[in-house]
Amino acid sequence: MQAITDNNGVKRYLITLNVNGDSYSRVVKANTTLANFLREELDLTGTKKGCELGDCGSCTVLLDDKPVDSCLVLAVEADGRHITTIEGLAQHEKLDKLQESFVNNAAVQCGYCTPGMIMSAKALLNRNPHPSEQEVREAIAGNLCRCTGYVNIVKAVLAAADEQ
Amino acid sequence: MYLPDFEYYAPSSLPEACGLLAQFGARAKVIAGGTDALPKMKQELMAPEALVSLKNLSQLTNIFYEQEKGIIIGSRATHNDLANSPVLQEKYLSICEAAHHMANNQVRNRGTVGGNIINAVPSADLPPILIALGAIVKLVGTGGERTVPLEEFFSGPGKTVIKQDEILTEIILPDQPFTGSTYMKFGLRRSGALAVVGVAAAVVMDGDICKDARIVLGAVAPVPIRAKKAEELLKGKSVTDGLLEEVGVCAAGESKPISDIRGSAEYRRDMVRVFTKRALKKAIQEGHC
Ligand SMILES: Cc1cc2nc3c(=O)[nH]c(=O)nc-3n(C[C@H](O)[C@H](O)[C@H](O)COP(=O)(O)OP(=O)(O)OC[C@H]3O[C@@H](n4cnc5c(N)ncnc54)[C@H](O)[C@@H]3O)c2cc1C
Ligand code: FES
Ligand code: FES
Repeated sequence: MQAITDNNGVKRYLITLNVNGDSYSRVVKANTTLANFLREELDLTGTKKGCELGDCGSCTVLLDDKPVDSCLVLAVEADGRHITTIEGLAQHEKLDKLQESFVNNAAVQCGYCTPGMIMSAKALLNRNPHPSEQEVREAIAGNLCRCTGYVNIVKAVLAAADEQ
Repeated sequence: MYLPDFEYYAPSSLPEACGLLAQFGARAKVIAGGTDALPKMKQELMAPEALVSLKNLSQLTNIFYEQEKGIIIGSRATHNDLANSPVLQEKYLSICEAAHHMANNQVRNRGTVGGNIINAVPSADLPPILIALGAIVKLVGTGGERTVPLEEFFSGPGKTVIKQDEILTEIILPDQPFTGSTYMKFGLRRSGALAVVGVAAAVVMDGDICKDARIVLGAVAPVPIRAKKAEELLKGKSVTDGLLEEVGVCAAGESKPISDIRGSAEYRRDMVRVFTKRALKKAIQEGHC
């Protein structure tokens, strides 16, 4: 990874990330989190920030297909890796089955937790297309929702799995 | 939330990484998964001038069996790597279960076993079961390498015997005679909660006689501790519910818990009694490690 020092002695690093299929190269400071990189450098504001400490899951994205809290990943650590955000799920303007299912099952209230919730659920369905209710609850245990009480969220994930 | 400035290095060899740690001294920190270091830096609990990343040391993620040595777990293996490792599932399901039941899925995909050990948080979930199974850690520094039994590695909350220029590279689990083992955690909720009490147990059973036993308590002393008097009480005896209750009471007496937001010292001590009993029962009944 190339490091560039400016006139004030501040170091920046050249990184290249593949986000939702597109490759982006940017020069960032080491303290740029992946969440801030996505939101501020790439304007992908679908990824939300809540606690910024790993507790709430609203910043969940897939890093090489695995859900992680993007507030706890440095952008420099994600150099060369593949990231999928909520913006990467819809194909040709058509929502992903999971997104449709969240709408149809009223699994969204204020919507703040929804992108992270869907990314965790997406990772689950990719590796286990027909999960049990217990497995769904386990997979979204790192995603807090202050509105829905989780019932419709679990229903939406199970319904999307049935449809596959 | 603001993350202070720091320099970042991602060396591609261990000597290079140790060299950087030696060069920066106390101003540098290793970063593995970052699930502990980054929250601490955001909360201004630590402010390293440089982070030395282990991400390019891919050999540190392997988990494998080596003849006459035992199972080697690379320090940078994540909790989910441990939970899903076929080698561990075959030999030490108890370690897979301990890893699977901690934190939440996002944190398990980033957090590493090395970070969990070096943190030296008294409530950390992996050290008790690793100590019960006789784990040894390998440390590599600029002056060479050394091994330390994990049981002797911790010196206080947040403190270990690791030196500034050393990196924890491997956790070694030598072949051992235990017929059963388990780790039981009591937290205030099932996901993402730290242990109020954690108990690991490993036993050698011959019929209903307990030939050997190890009991390790987490979250109830400044470091994970062996309940050695309780172990002695159990050894060589025919196991009954009454005996396990006595062993539980004895282990509770050996614990040194504090009162905090998650539970009072008195409550924790009583939970040591209950969970020692339950963990021993499970380790005895399951018949595998
Ligand atoms: C939401 C949440 C829930 C959590 N739940 C749990 C839980 O249930 N149980 C539990 O035990 N923990 C829990 N944790 C704590 C933490 O995730 C784990 O302890 C994790 O294993 C830390 O590993 P890491 O690789 O992320 O460490 P890092 O943050 O990368 O590093 C932690 C410390 O160890 C040092 N370090 C790391 N690796 C090495 C190495 N190989 N050699 C030398 N030094 C090293 C670093 O310098 C740093 O000081 C939780 C954390 C969060 C954010
Ligand atoms: S914002 Fe990342 S876990 Fe809450
Ligand atoms: S819908 Fe409001 S937090 Fe989940």
